[in-house]
This record gives sequence, structure tokens and C-alpha cells, in this order.
Amino acid sequence: MKMQHKTAGLIGTCSLGLVTILSYWTAFEYFTADRVNGIYQTIVPYNFTWLPLGNLHFDMGILLDPISVMMLIVISTVSLMVHIYSFGYMHGEKGFQRYYAFLSLFTMSMLGLVLATNIFQMYMFWELVGVSSYLLIGFYYPLKPAIAASKKAFIVTRFADMFFLIGILTFGYFTDSFSFSFAGDIVMGQGTTPFIEGNMAKAVTAGAFIIPTALTLMFIGGAGKSAMFPLHIWLPDAMEGPTPVSALIHAATMVVAGVFQIARMFPLWIEYAPQAMSIVVWVGVFTAFYAAAVACAQSDIKRVLAFSTISQIAFMMVALGVSLPGHHGAVLDDHAQLGYMAGMFHLFTHAMFKACLFLGAGCIIHAVHSNEMEKMGQLRNRLPITHWTFLISCLAIAGIPFFSGFSSKDEIITACMEYSPVVGYIMTGIAAMTAFYMFRLYYGIFWGTPCKENEHHEMHEPVVMWLPLVVLSVITVGVGVYTTLAGFLGWGGSFGSFVSASGQDYTIHFDTKVAATSTIIAILSICLATYIYKGEKQPIADRLYKTFPKLHRAAYKRFYQDEIWQYVTHRIIFRCVSTPIAWFDRHIVDGTFNFMAWGANEGGESLRSWQSGDVRQYAVWFITGSVALTLILLAL
Amino acid sequence: MVPVECYFVLSALLFFIGVYGFVTRRNLIAMLISVELVLNAVDINFAAINRLLYPNGMEGMFMTLFVIGVAAAESAVAIAIIINVYRNFKSDKVDAITNMKG
Amino acid sequence: MANIFMFCILAIVILGSALLCVTTKRIMRAATFMLFVLFGVAGIYFLLDYTFLGAAQISVYAGGVTMIYVFAIQLVSKQTLQGMVEKIKASRIIGNGLVVLASIIVVCLILVKTGFVTNFDAVADAEISMKEIGYALVGSEKYQYVLPFEFISLFLLACIIGGLVVARKEEKE
Repeated sequence: MKMQHKTAGLIGTCSLGLVTILSYWTAFEYFTADRVNGIYQTIVPYNFTWLPLGNLHFDMGILLDPISVMMLIVISTVSLMVHIYSFGYMHGEKGFQRYYAFLSLFTMSMLGLVLATNIFQMYMFWELVGVSSYLLIGFYYPLKPAIAASKKAFIVTRFADMFFLIGILTFGYFTDSFSFSFAGDIVMGQGTTPFIEGNMAKAVTAGAFIIPTALTLMFIGGAGKSAMFPLHIWLPDAMEGPTPVSALIHAATMVVAGVFQIARMFPLWIEYAPQAMSIVVWVGVFTAFYAAAVACAQSDIKRVLAFSTISQIAFMMVALGVSLPGHHGAVLDDHAQLGYMAGMFHLFTHAMFKACLFLGAGCIIHAVHSNEMEKMGQLRNRLPITHWTFLISCLAIAGIPFFSGFSSKDEIITACMEYSPVVGYIMTGIAAMTAFYMFRLYYGIFWGTPCKENEHHEMHEPVVMWLPLVVLSVITVGVGVYTTLAGFLGWGGSFGSFVSASGQDYTIHFDTKVAATSTIIAILSICLATYIYKGEKQPIADRLYKTFPKLHRAAYKRFYQDEIWQYVTHRIIFRCVSTPIAWFDRHIVDGTFNFMAWGANEGGESLRSWQSGDVRQYAVWFITGSVALTLILLAL
Repeated sequence: MVPVECYFVLSALLFFIGVYGFVTRRNLIAMLISVELVLNAVDINFAAINRLLYPNGMEGMFMTLFVIGVAAAESAVAIAIIINVYRNFKSDKVDAITNMKG
Repeated sequence: MANIFMFCILAIVILGSALLCVTTKRIMRAATFMLFVLFGVAGIYFLLDYTFLGAAQISVYAGGVTMIYVFAIQLVSKQTLQGMVEKIKASRIIGNGLVVLASIIVVCLILVKTGFVTNFDAVADAEISMKEIGYALVGSEKYQYVLPFEFISLFLLACIIGGLVVARKEEKE
């Protein structure tokens, strides 16, 4: 007897509502508590040793520090919105209760990940998050594409997690610790961001490349989870899951786990592996460019949003990567501050507006019963609330002032300019592409050519579905307005005062040149998109398509990344590595045991003749044995 | 007087002739007859040791006496069993009893 | 001197009869040869001055047990009596013969090499009197045999009953 749909939904949503209230309360208490030296204290309310292993030990506990509290807010808010939204979206679906159960599992795992006191706890919840993602992507398990997608997601992230694990173990072996430091006393620079405390000196004397190697390995694990090139292949396919799942997991929370991991270990990166950060930067830059290029050619709205997510996460990675070691003695000063803070801020704002975009896409899909843009068009009058919230989020992602995306993206580009002008210009270009394809999407859905079949559909937006959209848009606009004004007028109290690398107040100042450049470029891209895609027919788009068919096709097929991976796995790994190993296992390992069994059998058969039932034979052996025994006893 | 080793050798030879008969013959009664030979060999041994090595005691004689009695009883029981076997297996060859054959 | 002479004759009788007993193909002959062996062994007892034992051997063994065997042969070996003989495989004979030969050699070596100290001069060449045997059989002192005597009487009873039970004809219901 299964639970009623409504009961399951209510249980999930109410518990999550409770969690959200508690998160906000925690945040309020944390950020209004007294600071020591102007730095937010790291609080560990609860920590116990779970698995002591000699020198090393796995702990489980709760750690509160600025980024984890910020993540608490993000996760609980977006999750609550998704819970409420799913009442409408998943209405009547089979497996409703299962869905809510998995959503709760996911939220629990993500919260555990950000509150980890110990890198192994983080790894454990990392895996749990992966499992929840697998379960939720494969929610429509009777469909083959969903199963394939969930397997792909899990396998690719698991493959990346192998590197993460090797990194953790390397680190633990050389530094004798897995725990994040929360001793309160500052070890390096002035940061309070907890990092893995351990015997760093021992690791450095063992070899200067050890800590960078371990950190890079961990970054590879994070890259898998955060869909960096070339491990991004799972994210577009993960759109097979229900749309609220995509909003929660693959836009706002799970995919930022990699970014969170780097933020968590940020002091280590700065102090011991500054050169390795360039890997992060270039991987991020390339991923952002690649994803933006592919997104320009997709026709499935969820795929466009997926590639947009990949691109934006790459922005966050770049932001973290361009943080330079300081030049003024203290390790974490203004330069490092900017990148770190910008990355975290972008995480926050991106979660909000991307979730809003996905949920809006869900409304559209729910109304039109299809993901493809051809089936949509001229929907702005029929889905008004969706239209306005979608527009607000698009403006935010494009980086228009007074919307939250402007502040965060602007600061990222500023940080990039300081690191290297080349990176800065590339990122500006990618921002322009972002604006272009987002507005291509917007016009394709709400303007453009209408689809004949939709004329007879009735489209409505239930309250439970537009309410979260409105809430998220309000947050986007509110944060945007406040930070824009604060940045131009020099107000305090914006994001930097809460989350920053050194823990001290960091007031955002906008670099006017960068701000102006990015705004103008964004507006130009929007105008270009409007020009091409707004009208009822799109002649220019069609002409471009005819002129560059191959390029378009390549972009549509995501530049054949999936095919390359398939080739590598099937031809190279399966054929050359797995098959010999399988042969070995089947013939030699199994063969040994089969041989032993055969030997035992044959031995038994040959001994069988001794049990002849013939008394005389027994007597002969008896006599022989007795005489032999006598001889032995004599000889001894 | 006859040296005691002669009695021992005689009894040993008789014993092993009995053993040979036991393991070679197929007929059940013949096997029993061989067992009787063995028992008699043992009796000779007892009597000789008693008389020639420990003449003060009578243990050997009595042991021999009792062995004679027990051998008789055992032959009776064994023959009863053989009769039963003959009734069930319809044969007096020891090969016929193969129930315990593995 | 005479003892040795008697002993040799008896030894030849015993061993010859025994060999023929185990190698003959006809079962009645085996029983007969066994009878001769028993007589020979009784002779050995007489040689050792155990007259009671010899008498018991002849009456119980040669008289009773041989009769039992003859009856059994009549009851059981119908085909064998009618001349059907058993064939014994040559490999068996050789194999068993070798085992037995090896065993004989081992045992005889042991017996001969052990230095037995004979003590037959302590007692005169006289037989043990019936009175002593009688007293020993029913006396309960040390070195006296009332317990085995009683036990063997019970034992014989058990064997009789057991034999009867085992060999009785099954009643057809």
C-alpha cells in the first residue's frame, strides 16, 4: 500500500520548509554574531571520530563557516522551490512518492557535503549526491534514454571520483590528516576558510609537487561533478530526468560541488599550488567557450540550458582560478579576494536564476508537451507569468545592470582582467555569446514562429508552479538592484561582507571600465539576437544555416564529444584492456579453482576403489599396515 | 627341551597361514576355518609362554581355555550369520555381499 | 630329545594340514584338514604337560566346532559340495602370498631376535593337577578365575540365544 501522493509531497515539502527556516535562522545567527579580528569564526557544533585508523581518522560532523552557511541558504531555498513546484509538475505521475523520497535524499546529501568537517565526509556525501542524481535522472526508468543517461552520469562522475579519491589518499598519506582545520587559530595568511589541516611541512619536504598533485587530482574529481570539459558529457543527457530535478541538481546544487570543493581548499591552493591554478583557469575558459558555442546551435530548450549551466560553472571555476597570490606579504589580499568572492557570488546568483530558468522551461514543457523549440513560439501571451520570470532571468544571465547576474559576472571579468587581459577578453566574448544564445532561446520560445498544434492546446499555469518562479525572480531582481547600487555607490553590506577569502569585509567596487564594456557588449548581443530571431520568420538564421551547414551540424552534435568518448571506451578500453583481463579472470583465476575441484573429484574417484566392500581386501591392508607400523616402530 | 623360539615360529607360521587363507578364499565357511587356524596359533603361543617362561603361574593355560570356549561360541554365531546371509543373498561367496561397496 | 622329535612331527602335521587346508579347492577337505590341525595342536598341549587343556581342545574344538562346520557346510554350500569349485585368481594368490611372506619374515625376526630367557627348570616335568585347576576356576582370590568363568557362562548363553535369533526362519505372515 503506497502512500498517497499528496501525503508524500506534503511530508517532503514540509520537512524541507523546516530545513529552510532553520537554514535562514542559522545564517542570521551566524552572520550577526560577533566577529573576531573582523573575521567570521568557524563554528563546529558537532564532530566525532567515526573511523580511527592509526594516525588518520574519518570524522563526521557539522562545520559552519561563511561559504557553508551561504550554501545552506542556496540549497534549502532552491530545494524548497523545487519541492513546491513539483506538486504541479509531477501531478499524476506514477512514482510520485519515490520522486519526493529521492529529492529528500538528494537534499540531505548536498547539505551533508557542504557541512563536512572532513574531506572524507565530503567524499562520502559526494558519492551520495551522485547516487541521488542517478536515481533521479533515471526516474522515468521504463524509457531507454533515461536509463542510458543515468548510467552515463553515474559512470562519468564515478570515474572522476576515482581521481578525487586518489587525491584524498595522497594528501592524507603525506600530511597525516583528513580534517579541515577549525582550530580557530589562523595558520596561513589571514584566512579562516577551513582547509585540510595537516602536517604540511612533512608533505612539502617529501616533495614540492605532492600537494599540487593531490590538489589537482581532487580538482579532476570536482571537474567531473561540475561538468568541465571533457567530463561534461553526462550533463546534457541528464536532461532526460524530470525538469524540476534538472533545476535542483543540474543547475543549482550538485554541479557546483566541484566549485565548492575548490573554495573549501582555497588556502591550500593559494599557498602551495598557485601554478596549478592555471590548469583550473584554462580548463574553465575552454569549457566556457565550448559550451557557449554548442548552446548556440541546440534546438532542445533543456539542452540549451544545460550547456549554459556548463558555461556558467566554468565561469565560477575561472573566477576561483584567477585568484593570485598576493604581492603585499599577506597571502590572501585584494587580488585573491576578488576572484574567490566573485566565484562564490556567481554561484549564489546563478543558482537562483538558473533554477528559475529551468522551472520556467518546465512550465513551458508542461504546457506544450515537448522540449523542442519548433513546437513553441509566440507563447508570451499564453504563459504570461512564465514569460516575465523567464525574461528577468535571461536579463540576469546576460549581465544587464540591476539584475543579479551583472554584479557577479562583472566581478569575475574584473578579476580575470587583473590576472591576464587575454583571459579577460575571452571571458567578455563568452559573456557576449551567453547573452546571444539565451536571447535566441527566449525569442524562440516566446516570439518567433508559432506552432500550429499549440493553437488548440489549453495552457495554464497552476499556482504551485508559478509561485516558485516569482520567488526566484524576486530574489534575482532584489539582489541585483541592491548590489548594483552598492557597487556603484560604495555601499557596504553586500555579498563581500559575508563571504570572502580572508574572512574580512570586502566591499565590492565596480571597475567602471569593465562594467561599461560588459554592459555594452551584452546589450549588443541582445540586439543581435533580437534582430535575427524576434520576427515571425527568421530569414537571417536560415541563410546562416545554409552557409555553414557543417559547422552548424558539428555544433549541434556538440562537436562529436560523445562519439569520441564512445570510441575511446569501446575500442581502446574495452578491447585492449578489459578483454584480456576478462580472459585472465575466466581462464586463469576460475581455471585454478576449476582445476582444484577437478583434482578433488578425480582423487575421490580414485580412492573409491578402496571401499570395495570386500572384507578380504580390508584384511590385507590391515595386515600390511600392522606390519609396516611394527617396522617403523622398530626402526625408530 | 624344545627351545621356546620353536613354538613361537610354529605359532607365527600357523597364524599367517590362517591369514593367507582368510584373504584368499571366497567361500565364507573357508574364511571361518582360516580364522580358526589363527585362533589356534594364538593358543599355542599362550600355552608355550606360560609353560616355558613363567611356569609358576597358570594364566596362560586359563587364557587358552577361555579362548577355546569363546572361539566355539563365536563360530556358532558366525555360522548363524552365514546361514542368514545365504538366505538373503543366495550365495556363499563373500563377493555376493556388496552393499557397502562405494 | 624325545620332546624335540615329537615336536617336529607335530609341527609337520600342523603346518602341512594348515597349508593344505587353505589351498584346497574342496570345502569338505578343508574342514577335514582343519580337524587334523586341531588334533596337532592338542598334541602340542600334551607335549607341554597341559593334559586338561589338550582334553578340552579335543572335546570342544575337534569334536564340537568341527561338527558345527560340517553342518554349516552341508546347509550352505550346496553348489560347492556338488563339485563346483571356486576359482581363485592367480594375481590374488601371488599378491596375498607376498604380503603374508613379508609379514612372516618380520614377525619371526622379531621373535627370534628377542632374547627370551627360558625357565623350564624351575618346575618339574609334572602336569598340573585337576584339583588345582578346579580351585582356580571357582576361587575368588588373586590369580583365580571365578569372574571370567561366570562371565563366560553368560557369554555362552548370549551367543546361543543370539545364534538362534539370527538363524531362525522368518515367519511368513
